[in-house]
Amino acid sequence: MRKTNNIILETAVKVLLFFIALYSVYIFTAGHYYPGGGFIGGLMTAGAIVLLLITYDIKTVTKILPVNYRILTAIGLLFAIGTSAGSLIYDLPFLTHAFGDVHLPLLGELSIHTATLFDLGVYFVVVGVTMTIIQTIGEDE
Amino acid sequence: MEILMAFVIGILFSTATYLMLSKSLLRIIVGTGLLSHGAHLLILTMGGLKRGSAPILGGNAESYTDPLPQALILTAIVISFGVTAFFLVLAYRAYQELGTDNVEEMRGTEKDD
Amino acid sequence: MSAPHLAIVAPLVLSVFIPVFYRIFRHIHTGWFVLPLPILLFVYFLTFLPETMRGESFIESMNWIPSLGINFTAKVDGLGLLFALLITGIGALVVLYSIYYLAKTKEKLNNFYVYLLLFMSAMLGVVLSDNLIVMYAFWELTSFSSFLLIGYWYERDKSRYGAQKSMLITVFGGLAMLGGIILLYIMTGTFSVTKLISQANTIFNHALFVPALLCILLGAFTKSAQFPFYIWLPDAMEAPTPVSAYLHSATMVKAGIYLVARFTPVFGDHFLWFWLVTSIGILTLIWGSIFAVKQTDLKAILAFSTVSQLGLIMSLLGAGAAALHYEFLDENIYTVAVTAAIFHLINHATFKGSLFMAAGIIDHETGTRDIRKLGGLMHYMPITFTISIIGAFSMAGLPPFNGFLSKEMFFTAMVHVTEMDLFNLETWGFVFPVLAWIASVFTFVYSMILVFKTFTGKYQPEKLDKKPHEAPMGLLISPVILVSLVIIFGFFPNLLSDILISPAMASILPSLLGAGDEFMVHISFWHGLNIELFMTLGVVCLGIILYMTHSKWKKIYKAIPEKLSLNQFYDFLIEGLESVSSKVTKTYMNGSIRSYLVYIFAFFIVILVTTLIGKNAFMFDTNNVSTIGIYEVVLAILVVLGSICILFAKSRMTSIILLGAVGYTVSLFYILFRAPDLALTQLVIETISVALFLVCFYHLPKLRKFETRMRFRLTNALISVGVGTLVTLIALSAHSSKLFESISKYYVENTYTEAAGKNMVNVILVDFRGFDTLFEITVLAIASLGIFGMIKLRLNGRKEG
Repeated sequence: MRKTNNIILETAVKVLLFFIALYSVYIFTAGHYYPGGGFIGGLMTAGAIVLLLITYDIKTVTKILPVNYRILTAIGLLFAIGTSAGSLIYDLPFLTHAFGDVHLPLLGELSIHTATLFDLGVYFVVVGVTMTIIQTIGEDE
Repeated sequence: MEILMAFVIGILFSTATYLMLSKSLLRIIVGTGLLSHGAHLLILTMGGLKRGSAPILGGNAESYTDPLPQALILTAIVISFGVTAFFLVLAYRAYQELGTDNVEEMRGTEKDD
Repeated sequence: MSAPHLAIVAPLVLSVFIPVFYRIFRHIHTGWFVLPLPILLFVYFLTFLPETMRGESFIESMNWIPSLGINFTAKVDGLGLLFALLITGIGALVVLYSIYYLAKTKEKLNNFYVYLLLFMSAMLGVVLSDNLIVMYAFWELTSFSSFLLIGYWYERDKSRYGAQKSMLITVFGGLAMLGGIILLYIMTGTFSVTKLISQANTIFNHALFVPALLCILLGAFTKSAQFPFYIWLPDAMEAPTPVSAYLHSATMVKAGIYLVARFTPVFGDHFLWFWLVTSIGILTLIWGSIFAVKQTDLKAILAFSTVSQLGLIMSLLGAGAAALHYEFLDENIYTVAVTAAIFHLINHATFKGSLFMAAGIIDHETGTRDIRKLGGLMHYMPITFTISIIGAFSMAGLPPFNGFLSKEMFFTAMVHVTEMDLFNLETWGFVFPVLAWIASVFTFVYSMILVFKTFTGKYQPEKLDKKPHEAPMGLLISPVILVSLVIIFGFFPNLLSDILISPAMASILPSLLGAGDEFMVHISFWHGLNIELFMTLGVVCLGIILYMTHSKWKKIYKAIPEKLSLNQFYDFLIEGLESVSSKVTKTYMNGSIRSYLVYIFAFFIVILVTTLIGKNAFMFDTNNVSTIGIYEVVLAILVVLGSICILFAKSRMTSIILLGAVGYTVSLFYILFRAPDLALTQLVIETISVALFLVCFYHLPKLRKFETRMRFRLTNALISVGVGTLVTLIALSAHSSKLFESISKYYVENTYTEAAGKNMVNVILVDFRGFDTLFEITVLAIASLGIFGMIKLRLNGRKEG
């Protein structure tokens, strides 16, 4: 993408990005109870990176975030399939999830779900896919 | 509301179809975008609208709107994004290779060997 | 999963590792890694012998699709075990032979052994499955692996032609068989052969009996190369010789025979079964033997001879089915036909296997298989000569080899047919022994041609590509083992009768056995001076005369016009089909996206309008409608306006922005309709999509000047208005009719108790309907890889263009 010279945008992004990223993580983790989840969280993260791409150029962004998004997609798929297949070990049907409550010091009660791991896979895939698409198009001159 | 939505959906489908039947690749893609909007709203309307509060437990609501169409649509939105992106890049590459976005002009440009 | 299940899939599992072995151990012939498996399986299957000899069978089921009655049931009974031993035993010998036959430096051994193991699994699956659908799946897998093996040297035109031909014919038969299986299911409601046999009476009196019988037989006849479907087998000889010896003589072509044997208890009572199986078998026998004499290629002779011998076994099974009409077991002379069929099945595998291997050796060591070029090889290849002469004499039915015994029994069975008092056999029965005798004469002649034209006569080194010499030891081991069996079974035929033949007969003719009974099989050399012996003497005398005068009368074959042959008919049919279908396809597949879309939309309109009218489905009900708020009206107007404006937008930018506007409005709709997840997703997606659109289209400036407004076209407008109206109607009816209670209640009630979540949409996505999501992200990943490929990969020769 073209190198722009936009001070207002650059400054605003520096602050905003942090919030968007934080919010996307929040929305992902809250997904089981409140609106959100892997899809939305992933898209929002991707949106944040796209914003970064628009503000700076592609080279700078790859320097900041040296991630191979295709591999990220693959990792996400593995997560999703792995979590689903995990139940097979306990002789339960494919995709059976488990959950439970854990008490952590400082943080208090925390409920743990294997469904979240599955959702994490979804999150990775969505980020990976969106970024692969945008990056490949952006790099093509 | 459902009746009003039925007409809105009908118009969305009509315009989408008309765009898809045109010659320009971009219009075809825009058409598919509109078509997916129409389809999503159709699924949502079929399940009934505003039958209760948002499908999130814990708010002491008496009834909830149907969560199943929403889950289906969520999947559909993301899939249609993937499809649209694929179409777009296909069109973009076709531009680069063939120098046109007119589908009629693209006919027969496959290698005929 | 029981041990026999494992035995069936073991070759399949091994085949996964073959390419790895091939890569890592380049200097070791891949065949050595394969060889232990068939030997192991052979030994394993031998352990079932005591069980089947007691008349018991091993049966173990594994659920696969229980809701449809489809289970992977492994059943080891006498018949199945006989075939399993043949498959693994001959398989081991063939693998050993192939190690020396296929050079490890020149051949794609990884492909070869993967296909061969695939076949082994498939074939074991066919003979050991009790469930017909599973059996069918394995059956088709044998066709596929045969296709791959025939086309192994795929760079040759003839290989591809032969592979395609065998595939088309056997898969056609397989489909017919599937039809038969489904008909049987309609009649009885089960796919299990064991249960079918117990319901044989119901089936027999059912109206669908004859169609089912014909379908099953079609499957068996195509697979076992019976007339007129045999034409694929000679072309299948393009496969490497080990494959021909294994698939196209010893095992796969016998699957049809297996099928006929397996279904004899179900269908055997009917006169149509007797007439079809026996007469097609006899016809194939005589046809194959006559045409075998005409051939000049060693493998072609063997191919036609296989066709003919398969016909022989088939006719014996047909004649044996008549035994079902004689309820008494003692002195039931007609069971001899079944005994002969099984005995000959084993014998054929031994002598034909050895002959194929000998032909392979000749091809390998001289570079040709044409008997016009060969001759006088006796002194150069003495061991191969011995193998061939034993094999050929056994095939011709000469004592003291096993072929003599089964041929005698064949004559006995055919003579018995004339004595039957059923199915009009009093009048027509005499035809069978006469045809059988004529066919045996020709069998004798081609057997002699096979040996003596190759090994005696004038030695013609100038016509050979290589200097002939005896084959290395490795190539000789397998055929030597096989011919030793030919001799052993010749002298001690009763070695087999109790352990293999009697249990197999019990599977074919179960209704003749009472509890605890077994078939007493005794095969003897000398029956006294009876009619069979004179028939054999006649065969030998006339055969010698015909062989001596062969060169004089073989011109008769030229009198048969080429154009009338079955092969010509097949070629004509295939070419005709290809050209007609290409013409038909070209009339509507004209390469224009618009026409395709028109087809789709027109079809959509037609089919839905018919349904709406035909089913009287249109309904309009204003009850139960939710209220309309002011925001919703505004949003509706915005969506409508936005979408209509796109139609009139002149520039690309405008339409993209308008699409974005519609998208954002839709997400506002989601908020109003209490769908926060959707609203959030739609908002972010819309942002990213617009960015994508702009990136793709804004940066292509040179095309901008061609932008024009869309021109109005009436047909398009009509179609789109039609689609829109229809969708409106459907939306209205869908809202107005309630056919059954919504299933959503389940999700509302169980979200917290079952999945411990509160956001139902998210719980549905990741838990209740996780499969959808799993596949969805897979689709996304594929789409992104597709995009990546389209942009990064530039394979085409743009430099040339």
